[in-house]
Amino acid sequence: MRRRRYADDDLLALSGIQHFSFCRRQWALIHIERQWEDNLRTAEGHFIHTRVDDPFFFETRGDTVVSRAFPLVSYTLGFSGVADVIEYIRSLEGISLPDHEGLWRLNPVEYKRGKPKIDECDEVQLCAQVMCLEEMYGVTITSADFYYHEIRRRVHLSITDELRNTVRALADEMHDLFERGITPMADPSRNCRSCSLVNVCFPKLTKKKQAVDRYIQKHVNDAAITDY
Amino acid sequence: MRKLLNTLYVTTPDSYLTREGENVIVKIDGKNAFRIPVHTLEGIVCFGYMGASPQLMRLCTDNNVGLSFLSPSGKFLARVNGRVRGNVLLRRTQYRRADNREDSLDIARAFIVGKIVNCRTVLGRSIRDHGESINCNRIRGADDLLIENLLKIEGCMDPDTLRGIEGNCAKYYFDVLDELILLQKEDFYLYQRNRRPPLDNMNALLSFLYTLLAHDVESALETVGLDPYVGFFHTDRPGRASLALDLMEELRPFLADRLALNLVNLRQLAGKDFYKKENGAVIMTDEGRKAVLGAWQKRKQDQITHPYLKEKIPVGLVPYVQAMLLARYLRGDIDGYPPFFMN
Repeated sequence: MRRRRYADDDLLALSGIQHFSFCRRQWALIHIERQWEDNLRTAEGHFIHTRVDDPFFFETRGDTVVSRAFPLVSYTLGFSGVADVIEYIRSLEGISLPDHEGLWRLNPVEYKRGKPKIDECDEVQLCAQVMCLEEMYGVTITSADFYYHEIRRRVHLSITDELRNTVRALADEMHDLFERGITPMADPSRNCRSCSLVNVCFPKLTKKKQAVDRYIQKHVNDAAITDY
Repeated sequence: MRKLLNTLYVTTPDSYLTREGENVIVKIDGKNAFRIPVHTLEGIVCFGYMGASPQLMRLCTDNNVGLSFLSPSGKFLARVNGRVRGNVLLRRTQYRRADNREDSLDIARAFIVGKIVNCRTVLGRSIRDHGESINCNRIRGADDLLIENLLKIEGCMDPDTLRGIEGNCAKYYFDVLDELILLQKEDFYLYQRNRRPPLDNMNALLSFLYTLLAHDVESALETVGLDPYVGFFHTDRPGRASLALDLMEELRPFLADRLALNLVNLRQLAGKDFYKKENGAVIMTDEGRKAVLGAWQKRKQDQITHPYLKEKIPVGLVPYVQAMLLARYLRGDIDGYPPFFMN
């Protein structure tokens, strides 16, 4: 099946795929409802990204050229975003770079707080970045790296077909919900404990059995002054 | 539940607010008199002439800190709004519902039911606590009228009738509120509600508390992305925050009236805290305002169990939670707007 191409106006934030895979409602609260609350984790995230987020940074180290805060777009996934770091590694095949001789292989590096705990949320985000790069440069990329701030070490990720399919399916679902403007009901789970939006979400609220009509009626009846 | 942060009340008339990094600086006579990190603040209410720097305003809007300016006598002057927050779909829904007569009426009825039930609770509480020393018959008489009107609300199919019910109930309630003033009767009495200007101490106190409540309610509505100016009960009028007024209806008895009565009955305020101008208008003195602000801040820290969420929250978060519940109802998470009922 030939995939549709999205217009500029329809692009969604690439970083959202991570939220979406974590919790559909969290993504909708951030991207549809435009509610955002920082907590310790997100504040830490901002902090470690301040150095990475320098779009004017471009550095050559031997056979590697490093570019930071790299703008990404994919019109087939309908995503745009920014990659923390793109490394160009000298190679026998790949793309050519202005002011640099030879051919270069692309290797995105995604900075993460904490220790390695690669879950699907991180994987789909990095894979989506890879798919953007592939579309932008017309290349195939088979691996990428996470860099974990706490241990200051890299962890390798293989870009499998299965992972790519997951990304495509999530992208379709995100666009569908976004177009319809729907914030899905909460599905309370362990995730809620580490979610920075739990105070905005009220996960229990959407599962309430108590009808508001009955709640009002009960309080109207209870407020009987004659009992005093 | 979200954490309740502090509200900074700046009461020195000559103070000027500026920013230094992530800090709010209060300058008096050009010198730094006070400094507080912005992330510890929920809001700033400034009773001065001098105002604040644009950088400070930006710090506030970026950090979701409500910033209001009142005149030294407590009259509302302005608030600083940053970029429109929240979700355009939510605001659209709000406007559509507000334009739809039946939908508006549904929500308006909930606000007014909340208000009348809470008024009854204020009256009932005083009968329970002070039944021997007050005129219970008068209060019961007013309450009978409140019940009668409360029962009419469910079948009320037209906004003007609902406004009539609300107006009558306010009158019955304020007519007997004077009975609930137990001490200092020569300085504090309430024969009628008047506000432009307030003509007695009790009216001045109520007006001041309503202004504080309005600041908190408007900030809460903006935080959840609702437009405070488009209401369901109060009709649109330029410059009037109708939705904030709507939401205040159910909160006034609990957050303001009850506190006003306590301040007087516990002698935390006295006649000397008020000043009568030559035209009869009553304003509060600096000392009086400080006492009220202190009590208001303290009250906001008290923990209660929210009647609908069944979760423990500080009193200061009640406006936020109600704004959130309203937004969640408009977006389809719950099947009605659950007003706040005090216990």
